[in-house]
Amino acid sequence: MTTAVADTELAHDDHHGPDKGIRRWLFTTNHKDIGTMYLVFSLLMFFIGGAMALIIRTELAQPGLQFVHPEFFNSMTTMHALIMVFGAVMPAFVGLANWMIPMQIGAPDMALPRMNNWSFWILPVAFSMLLSTLLMPGGGPASGWTMYPPLVLQTGNAFPFLIFSVHLMGLSSIMGAINIIVTIINMRTHEMTLIKMPMFVWTWLITAYLLLAVMPVLAGAVTMLLTDQFFGTSFFLAAGGGDPVMFQHIFWFFGHPEVYIMILPAFGVVSEIIPTFSRKKLFGHDSMVYAAASIAFLSFIVWAHHMFTVGMPLTGQMFFMFATMLIAVPTGVKVFNWVGTMWRGSMTFETPMLFALAFVFLFTIGGFSGLMLAIVPADIQYHDSYFVVAHFHYVLVPGSIFAIMAAAYYWLPKWTGYMYSESAGKLHFWLSTIFVNLTFFPMHFLGLAGMPRRIPDYSTQFADFNLIASIGAFGFGMSQLIFVYVLLTSKKGAKATAQVWDKPKGLEWTVPSPAPYHTFDEPPHVGRKQAFE
Amino acid sequence: MRIPDRSLGTKVMIGKFSTGLLALLFAMPASADWALNMPRGVTELSAETYNLHMTVFWVCVAIGALVFGVMIFSLIKHRKSVGAEPANFSHSTTAEVIWTAIPVVILLVIAIPAAETMVRIEDSRNPDISIVATGYQWKWHYQYQNEGVDFYSSLARSSLEARFKGADIDPFSVENYLLDVDRPLLVPVGAKVRLLLTSNDVLHAWWVPELAIKKDAIPGIINEAWFKATKTGTYRGQCAELCGKDHGYMPIVVEVVEPDAFVAWVKANEGSGEKFVSND
Repeated sequence: MTTAVADTELAHDDHHGPDKGIRRWLFTTNHKDIGTMYLVFSLLMFFIGGAMALIIRTELAQPGLQFVHPEFFNSMTTMHALIMVFGAVMPAFVGLANWMIPMQIGAPDMALPRMNNWSFWILPVAFSMLLSTLLMPGGGPASGWTMYPPLVLQTGNAFPFLIFSVHLMGLSSIMGAINIIVTIINMRTHEMTLIKMPMFVWTWLITAYLLLAVMPVLAGAVTMLLTDQFFGTSFFLAAGGGDPVMFQHIFWFFGHPEVYIMILPAFGVVSEIIPTFSRKKLFGHDSMVYAAASIAFLSFIVWAHHMFTVGMPLTGQMFFMFATMLIAVPTGVKVFNWVGTMWRGSMTFETPMLFALAFVFLFTIGGFSGLMLAIVPADIQYHDSYFVVAHFHYVLVPGSIFAIMAAAYYWLPKWTGYMYSESAGKLHFWLSTIFVNLTFFPMHFLGLAGMPRRIPDYSTQFADFNLIASIGAFGFGMSQLIFVYVLLTSKKGAKATAQVWDKPKGLEWTVPSPAPYHTFDEPPHVGRKQAFE
Repeated sequence: MRIPDRSLGTKVMIGKFSTGLLALLFAMPASADWALNMPRGVTELSAETYNLHMTVFWVCVAIGALVFGVMIFSLIKHRKSVGAEPANFSHSTTAEVIWTAIPVVILLVIAIPAAETMVRIEDSRNPDISIVATGYQWKWHYQYQNEGVDFYSSLARSSLEARFKGADIDPFSVENYLLDVDRPLLVPVGAKVRLLLTSNDVLHAWWVPELAIKKDAIPGIINEAWFKATKTGTYRGQCAELCGKDHGYMPIVVEVVEPDAFVAWVKANEGSGEKFVSND
């Protein structure tokens, strides 16, 4: 039984509640406020990146070039990815981390609250800079989010701003990662040993180490692009003795762990939600921790599977194929454990559970196409085709994004103090699920039929599935407006209890809803029994 | 209220029916529109590639059917609304060992034939014909090493006229829209053709699905790929690495012809080639 000290402002002698107005948000060091800012920012970026996706799908709805020029189309695909990866998915997970990690470990705030503020405020600056490049001569960056040289060096005036904004985003992530690690290692309450931590905290601890390891590598890669462009170096220019392929190695050494950075917190969220709504403990908790750690370790040794057509020696191809196939094992273990949690549980299907279950189904489909991509001879046909686009959108949209939605619905009553509209949530869920499949499943067929990616127009035999995908995309985009409605009307529902759901585990459910501005000023005592899972 | 076991049988039936339908769809000869699958292609290696693809696909279908089947069963049976009470178990080391070991075995079963195919793909010894293919922004250049033929291969005029924004030509009226060139690559059937790929500017990639070849064209590097076509015909592909604004407009067309037709073509074209000229 936990005896949390639910805090009020009266316990502080120097504190009169949060500042009013803009000062509150500019200068806050409160993990809840910062979490809220990250989440609102990521939602805004999600819609901006989504609008770019709709521009892409509008052009691709029919063969022929109807709406945009090819160079603008390329900047749309590039910016869509940069914004979704660095502006929507990553900040959303950091926002969830900020809100929930201190509460879940019984800490009053993050370890470094002022640095926390800066980690957030760098992002609006970085993305304003990146988005402004669309208005510059030469347009926005159009060489793909992967920024391969030599093509990226043909970017116009936008080039230094692209590099600088990537540096700023990296800085934000690195500082956030340091904060998360220090918080988790040092500020857990009594009796919460590492192995007893909730899965969301575990997956974020692992993710934070991945961030620390690879964001500096990305910074190095883009700095080398910068010096090749402006300072006479030839890291990637063959004419000066450099190697364009080296960029790909460096980029993907960052890039592969990056995709695990985007999915591990999602695994953590799903591992919290399914047990709650199955009314049954997470199956194989220790195994889930080891699986997450294995995935993180393996993620460092598979990067060249993004480069199988680059002219790699046979030995290299073999090694990267085997290592990539291996990642399927711990990932599969996680899926089996989620099913083992559901099995002989007592399930109800509120919106968070719906999103979490759809995650398991649809992320698994993305995992299957990932396994197919690992097989080198087959990958020679899939690489740079729409089959790859289908794969990564399945793991990122009904994968990461659905997990973020699940987390938002799960913890929203804790944040706001009110139950959101369950019928609107369910409508959001069903429409999103139907349209996301309509959008991305046909892309498997397009890739297999031979349609390359990153093209603004295509041969007529690809027309039918492209039209279906475009219709799906518009449906999916419109459905997200329901989520905005849910957020805007969140204060109209019934008042939420501290527990919100049916006996969920976790310290966050021991504080009132809405959670007070300061929680756990005194570390809570929890019994010797595992109270957290 | 108990859900009768009939639902389990129904579920199995639905599973069998769907699998059958899926198999039927894949077995159907692919019409170009609505194509669901990659082509088997016209080389031995393209067939091996196709078989590997289908093997791993069916493995995924089988695992998916199992996992999703269990999930769907659980979603129906283990609901609070039908009175299910939650069980107490929360781990099983035996289960963890089994569902770790079995996937490893499955992966080995797939990896071994894949590795064998990879070895064959890399064996480009003793080619009959060598062609240097150079990617440009935005066309290909081909130079036959021993036959004295070289030329640029650009998007065909019919596609070129229809591709522009606001062009009033219906793409459906253009034959092989965006997959046609002015001067295709000709090779004799049954010859081992080695491609030497490079680029004059940025990264490109040479991809023809029916030959199961995709290789990056990189400035400063010469990459190698080879094929031996077993059937005459015209095989079309596209550039497969983003290379700038007209990345989608630099297709590849390979015509595999009878040996005497090839010889005649070489005779008609040797020495008349466009020399290897830099773009700057």
